Amino acid sequence: MTDLPKGESAKKLGLVIDLDTCVGCHACAVACKEWNSGGIAGPLPDHDPYGAAPHGVWFNRVHSFEAGEGTEGRTVHFPRSCLHCETPACVTVCPTGASYKRASDGIVLVDEDKCIGCKLCSWACPYGAREFDDDAGVMKKCTLCVDRIYNETIPEAERIPACVSTCPAGARHFGDLGDASSKVSQLVAARGGFDLMPEMGYQPTNKYLPPRRKTSAPSCSAAPEPAPASIESRFLKWVDRVLSR
Amino acid sequence: MRDNKILDRPLPLSVPVSDEVRTTTCYMCACRCGIKVHLKGGELRYIEGNKDHPVNRGVLCGKGAAGIMKQLSPAKLTKPLLRVGERGKGEFKQIEWEEALGLATEWLGRIRETDPKRLAFFTGRDQSQALTGWWAQMFGTPNYAAHGGFCSVNMAAAGLYSIGGSFWEFGEPDFERTRMFVMFGVAEDHASNPIKIGLGKLKAHGAKFVSVNPVRTGYSAIADEWIGIRPGTDGLLVLSLIRELLINDRIDLDFLVRVTNAPWLVVQNPGAADHGLFARNADGKPLAFDRHAGAVVDALLPDIVPALIGERVLPDGRKAVPVFELLARKYMDDAYAPEAVAEQCGVPAATIRALAAELARVAFEEPVVIDQPWTDWAGRRHEKMIGRPVSFHAMRGISAHSNGFQTCRALHVLQMLLGAVDAPGSFRFKPPFPKPCPPGPPPAGPVLAGDTLKGPPLGFPMGPEHLLVDADGEPLRIDKAFSWEAPLAAHGAMHLVIRQAFEGKPYPIDTLMMFMANMSWNSSMNVPETIAMLTAKDEGTGEYRIPRIIYSDAFFSEMVPYADLVLPDTTYLERHDCISLLDRPISDADGPADSIRQPILTPDRDVRPFQDVLIDLGARLGLPGLAAQDGSALYPGGFPDYMARHERRPGVGMLAGFRGANGRTSGKGAPNPHQIEAYIANGCFWKDEIPKEARYFKHANKAYLDYAVAMGFLDKAEPIVMQLYSEPLQRFRLAAEGHGTRQPPDRLRARITSAFDPLPIWYAPFEGARVSESEFPLHAVTQRPMIMYHAWDSQNAWQRQILSHNKLYLPRALANSLGIEEGDRVWVTSHHGRIQAEARPMEGVNGMTVWTWNAIGKRKGAWNLAPDAPEAVRGFLLNHLITERLPGEEIANADPITGQAAWYDLRVRIEKCAADEIADASGDFEALRPPDGMAGRPDILRQGARFRVA
Repeated sequence: MTDLPKGESAKKLGLVIDLDTCVGCHACAVACKEWNSGGIAGPLPDHDPYGAAPHGVWFNRVHSFEAGEGTEGRTVHFPRSCLHCETPACVTVCPTGASYKRASDGIVLVDEDKCIGCKLCSWACPYGAREFDDDAGVMKKCTLCVDRIYNETIPEAERIPACVSTCPAGARHFGDLGDASSKVSQLVAARGGFDLMPEMGYQPTNKYLPPRRKTSAPSCSAAPEPAPASIESRFLKWVDRVLSR
Repeated sequence: MRDNKILDRPLPLSVPVSDEVRTTTCYMCACRCGIKVHLKGGELRYIEGNKDHPVNRGVLCGKGAAGIMKQLSPAKLTKPLLRVGERGKGEFKQIEWEEALGLATEWLGRIRETDPKRLAFFTGRDQSQALTGWWAQMFGTPNYAAHGGFCSVNMAAAGLYSIGGSFWEFGEPDFERTRMFVMFGVAEDHASNPIKIGLGKLKAHGAKFVSVNPVRTGYSAIADEWIGIRPGTDGLLVLSLIRELLINDRIDLDFLVRVTNAPWLVVQNPGAADHGLFARNADGKPLAFDRHAGAVVDALLPDIVPALIGERVLPDGRKAVPVFELLARKYMDDAYAPEAVAEQCGVPAATIRALAAELARVAFEEPVVIDQPWTDWAGRRHEKMIGRPVSFHAMRGISAHSNGFQTCRALHVLQMLLGAVDAPGSFRFKPPFPKPCPPGPPPAGPVLAGDTLKGPPLGFPMGPEHLLVDADGEPLRIDKAFSWEAPLAAHGAMHLVIRQAFEGKPYPIDTLMMFMANMSWNSSMNVPETIAMLTAKDEGTGEYRIPRIIYSDAFFSEMVPYADLVLPDTTYLERHDCISLLDRPISDADGPADSIRQPILTPDRDVRPFQDVLIDLGARLGLPGLAAQDGSALYPGGFPDYMARHERRPGVGMLAGFRGANGRTSGKGAPNPHQIEAYIANGCFWKDEIPKEARYFKHANKAYLDYAVAMGFLDKAEPIVMQLYSEPLQRFRLAAEGHGTRQPPDRLRARITSAFDPLPIWYAPFEGARVSESEFPLHAVTQRPMIMYHAWDSQNAWQRQILSHNKLYLPRALANSLGIEEGDRVWVTSHHGRIQAEARPMEGVNGMTVWTWNAIGKRKGAWNLAPDAPEAVRGFLLNHLITERLPGEEIANADPITGQAAWYDLRVRIEKCAADEIADASGDFEALRPPDGMAGRPDILRQGARFRVA
């Protein structure tokens, strides 16, 4: 079994995902795949890519589904990736120390040299965030683009995860959720950001922002229908309007 | 417990992403975002959005990020192919380019010398119409168009005839300032990233987003209000909104008087040849009644006080009433009352009434005021810019119906009544739009052997005199565009070409040349019959009814086996391209922009960019503009050479940026031999900024009009008057009533009379009105998923992992009533045929509508996918159920005004399949055989493995 860092990490890097804004375009999923394929945890192999059952390793997947019925129904686009939990079972369950949580920033990573491919971590993760590379025989997962966010060869403003950088709707945010004054923390506070399945007790770092309340009807009421007679009087009113070109 | 320092293991965190970064323009769809392509050791490492680029500002969608997989696709064609077996069997021999171009030159040269119209040249998802249309003109054939006829010509034409521009490339919502945004129909497509960026801004600002769409997916999912309208009834809903605004006097009369034709007088002379035309003076200027002068005056004069109501007697004794009065009387009718349309639209009356009230409230009670003085066209200074912060967007969803043109017109009339055109917070034009309204010029004719057309083959008729018809009123174009069947077919009618060529109507053609158009599959209605027509032979001669087909594509699409000569194209990362202001601009509302592609990679196959091939062919054929008098090529450097040096008219070329000898002129200027280098140095795009005082009210803003003239967008700095009432439509209608010398065939008179109303109308979509409601009670529509919209290659290894087979989505209540459960196979039956589909009940869909993702189903063997690929086994196309002609008629299944294919008019019924009936959903088509020389299909991709640092 693998230990977690001593004490809570002061810095908790993570994502804030806005379910009110996500349109389900998969830009984040593909940009993630593209960046990470050639990155520190690459490749993310694709099996049978042109065949009957194409499947590969994706660190970020978008699920679209409906919730509720009738006028209460809504369509939800739900991007899912590692939540970089404060107390991740995927780490504590690891028999070799391959899975680990960084003390400095809270990112959960896999040391592939130590991974024996036993998949205990993927069983332990309630979020389904682990991705097994059966080509290499090791477990892989979202690295929070650790090789982008600290990459000194990239302009500083671009040192954010690929999924955040690419998101067309601006539904993804990156920052230090351990710092209450950070933009992401303020966003979570303002918008009622929530933990995914808090009852599991893993204290996810990533937060989701809930959809705004829908208005099933427009937010103002219509004027009553004018009496039929008023239509001619409306014409008379328009006749009197002085309008200059 | 271990020490935390040990836990943070050393990692290679600062590995350079690439050793070379090059900019270019994405082509994974039609959005045309700027990208930065990272190369490592000469290989693709990473493609990301270019933060400086005006279209996408650094973001990139899922298609763009999958560009690497397009480049690596094993479906890429590798060498020119000449058919050796029967058409459709996929038996080809590889030939050299010299032989391929020699053959094409021989075939086309003979046509040009004898009868140029016997070449039909149609391009599909092409983005180089500024070149291809001009090439057709130089060749001398009128039979040219791109795919707009089955995409969104209703939208484009209605906009150009109404307000001087339309949505997408023509204009965009003022996302920074709008307070209420209403989106109609399928729109997860064009302007894909700008709209997503815009929706993000709306959300951040707390503006309201209303989606009017039969299906609640994609953008509709995040709308504050979703109105699940019945397909094909959007026009009726909009007219009801118009009625509500008029009844409650919630309209912007000042705006109407200043910038629309609301006060123009319309001759009232029923039965006469001038009925319904504008009253004009001797100079042809429209007239209005000036209350100040108490007389009928030139309606275009500034400072007049025109009457909007009241019949007037013209100096010649005729009677006339203002447009506004005609409009108000028409729409204040109870036929448009919310209660009267609610059932038809599937939208409760209260919702319609409240939507109208909310539009009015936001428009008139929350005006946006910008502290920016400006001067109008007449030289009058205004201290502030005041706008109506309601905006609209629509695309194919309302466009691809047989009532699409009038529906789009209705939406523009709604915008005008609200004063919400190019005002702060509303819809805004993107330069070079707005254009004079109604537009011009008309399509060019006539066809002369061995000569060019005297103008562009596509254009904008103003009346019957501009139609391309013979003395009997029958079409002169192979696709019947600009005939009485489709008078305003501004984008042509590609969907009719194969049928017409097969039947030899109005005349046989010799060669069909197409580019990137999958006409034997998902780009045609009625696929089985289309395939039969492509392969049909004349019984007498044994020759193919369509004698020759030349096709260019980068991939082994379903169309390739039906070509006689295949000219393999490159990928977008292997060539130059030009996204020109002469074509489909990438400007935004604050300034014009254009861009290029530059080759990032060298092809590893014997393929050539189609544009280079066209220029080469043109020189070989001796076409004016491409070959010199002595026969030598004018652009030996191919397309980039043409992009920099060709002039369409003096000073105006393909690219508007970095012109002039010193490369510092924008808009109009002498060609710059170093223009391409200048674009590359600037990130492969050019963007100009409109002066701040010129950014709104462009149609009537002096600073903008002057700017547009200087840039070459407008010929004269005259105000553009928006057309509530469309006189060209009335001219066609008068002809159909028997007036004038150019007369429609009798069979079309009634249809023209009813459809060509100069004020927008709604009528039931044609197919639904012709089939039995009880037999085909449901609407069936399609949309492309965002991950694939307008992508030419959904075989892409990453995209297809997200979606490799489609389902038939249907309302849960309907499924329950039919005993259909998730995963059941169902028959989907139209008047034309039936297909199988996997059912998926859902909540967020109009109760009378079923839908699916389009173009997921592939033919077995196509795109180098395995024969048992889900696309070919479980994927299906609704195309097989749709006909290019109306049931039992010779007339096109299309809008009667523009000829736009009415894909979304489809009516069906569904029923459960019996267990022993279940078959491949893609249909009963013989598997295609990939040509020799194509790459093998890998069992596994380990993309990026070579880039990993230990």
